[in-house]
Amino acid sequence: MGALADLDLSALSVSVRLAAMTVIVLLMVGTPLAWWLAHTRSRFRPVVEAAVALPIVLPPTVMGFYILVALGPYGPLGRIADLSLAFTFTGLVIASVFYSMPFVIQPLQNAFEAVGKAPLEAAWSLRASKWDAFLTVISPIALRGYISAIVLGFAHTLGEFGVVLMVGGSIPGQTRVLSTTIFEHVEVMEYSQAHTISAFMLIFSFLVLLAVYIANRRFPIHVS
Amino acid sequence: MSRLVAQFHVRYPTFQLSIDLDAPASDITVLFGPSGSGKTTLLRCLAGLERASDGFMQFGNDVWQDEKRGLCLPLYKRPIGYVFQEPRLFPHYNVRSNLLYGYKRIPVEERRIAIEQVVDILGIGHLLERRIHKLSGGEQQRVAIGRALLTSPKLLLLDEPLASLDIQRKQELVPFIKQLHKALHIPVVYVSHAINEILQLADRVVLLKEGKVVGIGALNEVLTSPQFRRNLGSLRVGAVLDTRVANHESEYGLTRLEFKGQFLFISLQPVSVGESLRVHILASDVTLVVGQIDCPTSVLNILEATILEIRETDQSSVDVLLDIGAPLVASITRKSLVNLGLKPGQRVFAHIKAVALNEELVE
Repeated sequence: MGALADLDLSALSVSVRLAAMTVIVLLMVGTPLAWWLAHTRSRFRPVVEAAVALPIVLPPTVMGFYILVALGPYGPLGRIADLSLAFTFTGLVIASVFYSMPFVIQPLQNAFEAVGKAPLEAAWSLRASKWDAFLTVISPIALRGYISAIVLGFAHTLGEFGVVLMVGGSIPGQTRVLSTTIFEHVEVMEYSQAHTISAFMLIFSFLVLLAVYIANRRFPIHVS
Repeated sequence: MSRLVAQFHVRYPTFQLSIDLDAPASDITVLFGPSGSGKTTLLRCLAGLERASDGFMQFGNDVWQDEKRGLCLPLYKRPIGYVFQEPRLFPHYNVRSNLLYGYKRIPVEERRIAIEQVVDILGIGHLLERRIHKLSGGEQQRVAIGRALLTSPKLLLLDEPLASLDIQRKQELVPFIKQLHKALHIPVVYVSHAINEILQLADRVVLLKEGKVVGIGALNEVLTSPQFRRNLGSLRVGAVLDTRVANHESEYGLTRLEFKGQFLFISLQPVSVGESLRVHILASDVTLVVGQIDCPTSVLNILEATILEIRETDQSSVDVLLDIGAPLVASITRKSLVNLGLKPGQRVFAHIKAVALNEELVE
């Protein structure tokens, strides 16, 4: 039995799809939220900031528990969907969005704060509408923030365990991801398989972070 | 001639802006006043970057803001070119793409200003393919002005565009601003707190203090007004004359200037005969003489003048406002005023040292 087989390709595929979906949803939801946080003078700003940062300090089981209740057939999200989302891939994406939120929002917020309003006003004075200015001026200048947000959001989702187990269970091909696979291997004393996957994730995570730090240092931003 | 009508009443945490302005919108209008007088805030209100809840603004026939109707066009819908204190160029584009950013966003039929024209006036042809961070401060600001011009604006707003530059770059840029206004006929509103920029650029001055307009008029009217001295007393009081070069006396190193039928000498200027030249005469450099004097004098510049008004300034001196076809101010001692028995309406001669006529360099 080769190392590749130990890696459990279906779990890898679920992990990657989950991380990708989570990042896409978070970019769409997170961009306006991060922009608001970067520029608002509202007194609710610290409240929202604290809520966004909550997953960093909260035990994953606590988040997982509440999301599980919310997604269940009698929970608010379950009622909207008219079926239980618990133990489904969709439910896992919803849970991951909450769990990985700070890792996407915070780099974006920092980037938007660094860009400031000056380039935006300059773009307006050159006849660019708000959307146009955001897409052609703000986004490229905040590109590093986006790269950090995407990479960190992706890697963090890949590494989540507690929330996945609570909300998704570990259904092969649907909600079984790499991190839960390791746990199951260990439970049945399959240390060598657990080791293969663990080593893969360790190296992968290190390389991702290395890439982020290198990119942050010398990524030149040029469009033309 | 189209007019600029603006009324903004807005309270900020630290100060209040209360503007009621109705002025011809042609030529170069300078918003002048000390820091914190509301110049930049007023400019931002004109652009729509700040929204006064009690506000109205009309440029020519176009109403851009009328809060009674809840109307306030965002900046990107106003035909305004805006140059900020800092260049604010887009770092991810090169010079050419920065220049074309606004140009590409206006309809083809509204493009009155060509790229070649702007590149030529601003002298930035050799920079087009450069990256922004490879430009000097002065070059960046020229590109920023060019970028604004290429939107073919009907009104150009400049917010202390020279403030962040060193002396040399300032001197380099002032002629560009003068020339682009001459060449393109776009009304300019220019914010400045540097007296020398005003002397060189302004046709009309709006004097601001603590968020209010305290003086408005043609450059020389404002410079010679009591409000100007009262509010900016520490600055050198004087008058500005727009003269025409009559001829050169190169054997003496002098240029002869004509102003409303009278003549002034100035050190030789590299300006052709017939060209206009703006000169500044400090009040302290003007001496008054009553009646025709027969004694020979070394003073070359003697202008006939009528006393319009005598203004008390401090214990020992007074300002005498003269009419030489335009206002001119002479600062004399109170003792001389009494000795000569000067009165409004009286005809006098104003003696001016030739050396004082030089157009001052931008500080």
